[in-house]
Amino acid sequence: MVERKGALARILPHLVLLTGVAIVAFPVYLALIGATHESSVIANGQMPLTPGGAALDSYYRAIVIGPSRTTREPVGTMLLNSFTMAMLIAVGKIAISLLSAFAVVYFRFPFRKAAFWMIFITLMLPVEVRIYPTYKVAADLGLLDTMAGLTLPLIASATATLLFRQFFMTVPDELVEASKIDGAGPMKFFFDTLLPLSRTNMAALFVILFIYGWNQYLWPLLITTRDDMQTIVIGIKKMIVTSDAITEWQIVMATAVLAMLPPVLIVIVMQKLFVRGLVETEK
Amino acid sequence: MASVTLSAVSKIYHGGVEAVRGVSFEVPDGSFCVLVGPSGCGKSTLLRMIAGLETITGGTVRIGERVVNDIEPADRDIAMVFQNYALYPHMSVYDNMAYGLRNRGTPKAEIEARVAEAARILAIEPFLDRRPRQLSGGQRQRVAMGRAIVRKPQVFLFDEPLSNLDAKLRVQMRVEIKRLQRSLGVTSVYVTHDQVEAMTLSDVLVVMNAGQVEQIGRPIDLYRKPATRFVAGFLGSPAMNFLPGTVVDARTVSIGGGTLRVAPGTGTAGPGTTVEVGIRPEDLRIAAPGEGLRVAVEFIEELGATQLVHGRLGDAPLTIQVATGEAPSGDAFEIAASPEALHLFDPATTARL
Ligand SMILES: Nc1ncnc2c1ncn2[C@@H]1O[C@H](COP(=O)(O)OP(=O)(O)OP(=O)(O)O)[C@@H](O)[C@H]1O
Ligand SMILES: [Mg+2]
Repeated sequence: MVERKGALARILPHLVLLTGVAIVAFPVYLALIGATHESSVIANGQMPLTPGGAALDSYYRAIVIGPSRTTREPVGTMLLNSFTMAMLIAVGKIAISLLSAFAVVYFRFPFRKAAFWMIFITLMLPVEVRIYPTYKVAADLGLLDTMAGLTLPLIASATATLLFRQFFMTVPDELVEASKIDGAGPMKFFFDTLLPLSRTNMAALFVILFIYGWNQYLWPLLITTRDDMQTIVIGIKKMIVTSDAITEWQIVMATAVLAMLPPVLIVIVMQKLFVRGLVETEK
Repeated sequence: MASVTLSAVSKIYHGGVEAVRGVSFEVPDGSFCVLVGPSGCGKSTLLRMIAGLETITGGTVRIGERVVNDIEPADRDIAMVFQNYALYPHMSVYDNMAYGLRNRGTPKAEIEARVAEAARILAIEPFLDRRPRQLSGGQRQRVAMGRAIVRKPQVFLFDEPLSNLDAKLRVQMRVEIKRLQRSLGVTSVYVTHDQVEAMTLSDVLVVMNAGQVEQIGRPIDLYRKPATRFVAGFLGSPAMNFLPGTVVDARTVSIGGGTLRVAPGTGTAGPGTTVEVGIRPEDLRIAAPGEGLRVAVEFIEELGATQLVHGRLGDAPLTIQVATGEAPSGDAFEIAASPEALHLFDPATTARL
């Protein structure tokens, strides 16, 4: 619609958007700035808005040494743990849900409807709700303090299954039939036709799930006790000491900034596919 | 090559829909068979049973000597062209054609040769690297044909392959399909609801209605001697006129107050029997006043070379096709038809008399 509008009507949307951006961006800015000051500055109750000169030292200590008193692991290890966990969760979730959606859409098996509804119902039971039984099972299986224990319970995913199911149902039946005539069995159809067609959906989902995995807090907190299994999100929490010791805020800030980087990188790398996956309708 | 033989084939879908009931016919080796009929009459179902995409509820389907009821589509030695082409969107045109051959383990050099040849025949060589979405409808159609050709199958199956094309392209592709089938000599079964396609393409024409075969034969025979009122009304455009009549004697029927002569040999019934008289619009001509049946003119459609006069004979609607300029100017005129042009049908059974 093309309309002539007054100056205010034109500026107002921008103002609203800019305010929104400022609200979101300001804490990030504070973290960036905070990481550049000596430990004494924030501890003294100041929160400067201009950069200080200790940036290199903060990041060096965050990555290589770790804070002097609290966590014993440097950020590098925690980043790696988080990355492995988020990766396994995202890839695992996509693989499992692709396969289950494939089964639900393309095969007639007994209790197919029931299977579908059971998957659907788990939507209403996120980890937080079933955390005690899940912990019990993980503990009995000896999965505490292992990468498997960290990721497996988070992998089952109703949301992704439903998404792929919706997508598969839009794939024309004639493609399946053409594949049959071309001599492709079910799994060959899955790998040769369905997977390539789902590429953009997979990319979009990967970004979302990676960030979901990266941000996990409660489950890793329960399942890991060893320092070398710690994820970055938990690491940050542990750096903030509430009792007598002094929190090394510049390192907390540096760590927070570092913790933001991998998801940002993933988004940037996958951006093109991600956006296409969200908007594409053409089959 | 091979013939296709159907014996008492039937299909009942889940939920009890009886889509095909006891259909039997044979498509001779190398001939072009067209299945035609109104929407929902079971044409696609029948074709899909031949392809193996639908289980067969009853009867047998043979390709050559082999009963294929329980054989996988890929092993039936058939190729199918779908209405929506069903090209793999993520593969190049080349890969679309090569995919089936690769799955069968055809040697690479052989695949290349076959695809190249099909591409040459269909004039799609410039597009081999493109994706289907980068092609026009007609080009996609050709690729779909190419995918069928490279397999060198015993039987081609087509399910309304031209219905997504515009009218002009449809005529062009129709001719091409016919030419291709002639030169390859592959037995073909072709489903359409377009009676022009049906008439022009087929060696064997099968008219279906409500899951059953109404009539099978050479298209011109079906046109000249339709076995039922349904076939008579379905083939031919504009459609045949049906007028209520009464048999006067073996050579005469009375219609709307006048009489028409019936050719000797046309089956007829005892005097006084009511019959349905079918006359094609192109078989009617304008008669001199006092010599024919009186028709009231309602309106005239101009088709360019011909004119369609829509009118009424008594209560019955009637269409007459005449060369442009011959349509009468008044609001009533008289018509006549040669005795050979009359088809008589039993109103109760709809069968030809
Ligand atoms: N999968 C199915 N399940 C149940 N009934 C079906 C199924 N497919 C088709 N039918 C029914 O079977 C009958 C024949 O269908 P079919 O698709 O063979 O018709 P058609 O002659 O090809 O029609 P059209 O010209 O519209 O394509 C129809 O009444 C249809 O509703
Ligand atoms: Mg159909």
